Amino acid sequence: MSAAGTLLARELRLVFARGGGPLLALGFFACVAAVLPLAVGPAPGKLALVAQGAAWTALALSMLLGLDRLFEPDLDDGALDLLALGPLPLAFVGAIKCLAQWLVNGAPLALAAPIVEVALGGPPRAAPMMLAAGALGSLAFAFVGGTGAALVVAARRGGLLIAVIVIPLIVPPVIFGGVAIDAYASGQPWAPALALLGAYALAAVALSPLAMGAACRNALG
Amino acid sequence: MITALTGRDLAVKRGERLLFEGLDFDVRAGGAVVVTGPNGAGKTSLIRAVAGLIAPVQGRIGFHGPAGPIEPDEARRAGCHLIGHQDGLKGARAAREELLFWTRWTGGGAASAHRAAVLLGLERILPLEVRLLSAGQRRRLALARLIAAPRSLWLLDEPFVSLDGAARATLQEILRRHLEEGGMVFAASHEPLPVAAQILELGR
Repeated sequence: MSAAGTLLARELRLVFARGGGPLLALGFFACVAAVLPLAVGPAPGKLALVAQGAAWTALALSMLLGLDRLFEPDLDDGALDLLALGPLPLAFVGAIKCLAQWLVNGAPLALAAPIVEVALGGPPRAAPMMLAAGALGSLAFAFVGGTGAALVVAARRGGLLIAVIVIPLIVPPVIFGGVAIDAYASGQPWAPALALLGAYALAAVALSPLAMGAACRNALG
Repeated sequence: MITALTGRDLAVKRGERLLFEGLDFDVRAGGAVVVTGPNGAGKTSLIRAVAGLIAPVQGRIGFHGPAGPIEPDEARRAGCHLIGHQDGLKGARAAREELLFWTRWTGGGAASAHRAAVLLGLERILPLEVRLLSAGQRRRLALARLIAAPRSLWLLDEPFVSLDGAARATLQEILRRHLEEGGMVFAASHEPLPVAAQILELGR
């Protein structure tokens, strides 16, 4: 097995070991969706109005779960030292950690997003775009989130700090995704917004590893 | 493959404190260096600097292969084993999983991992979760990497800590064989190595 495959297999197991893997993120997602109607009120028209945006925001926030445990255990137990002496650069190690985060948390959230949106009373015709935007968006959230996690890994108890760093960075994909979902549901041209979301996700996949590698290096020294 | 390691005029700082400066050393294939000195003299920092985990404030560390100098990052990625105070083992994972992962990560395979486990007497504990192991068993599990994946330069920070008499003897034998085969050892240890080693004393 190649080094990348070996590492991905380890990271997937570790994401599962960190608080139940996809179940935790899905549970959080479902809880936010269940609490929202209690705050907005029971009138169906009102809820339907915010259903898409609420599902989309809840998905973005659910992707923040577990980020504080992405690098910290490996730094604490010395595994990051050994990962630095492996065949792949630390930037690649960070990328594989984010990929595992996306596969275990992001993909199930993207699958659940259309269900949550419809359950909140949103139009069922928006469901395919919820899925597409959820898949692309969660990829961006995973990599940008990984960057935030790597940046604060040397500072102890960085859990909340990660959210403060990451949330401003995920504002653009949240906007692009929101516009794409809304345009698709209302029959307007949706391709440009989805393309921007995809571009952001690709840029995050390409650039975040460099930041993660440098941040991990810094945390080791 | 690394056949020589050199340090020239090294200085390492931790925070504002200068641990040592003007440090030189040479290790050739089959040679060993033992770093000694009181607590806090910078033994661990020196080993971490050779591993590339901390940057010296001055001086340079060079790696050489049969065909001349090797780029340090490349040498470390393919030619260095590190055994530190922290073993990098995850408490919630089975010993077998951890041994196999680190073996594959450092370039070995399942067969060599098995051989290492037999040599270090780990077969019975392999199915257990790492958190259930004693300190000595954990240390042996970490040391198994050295044999499971062939790499020429071993950076060892107090490798004998927590080991019982039999395991010490095994490790001595492993080190002796590694050096005979042309490997190199760069260790911080209060315990004498089984071979003639150059002593590098810090903190004088």
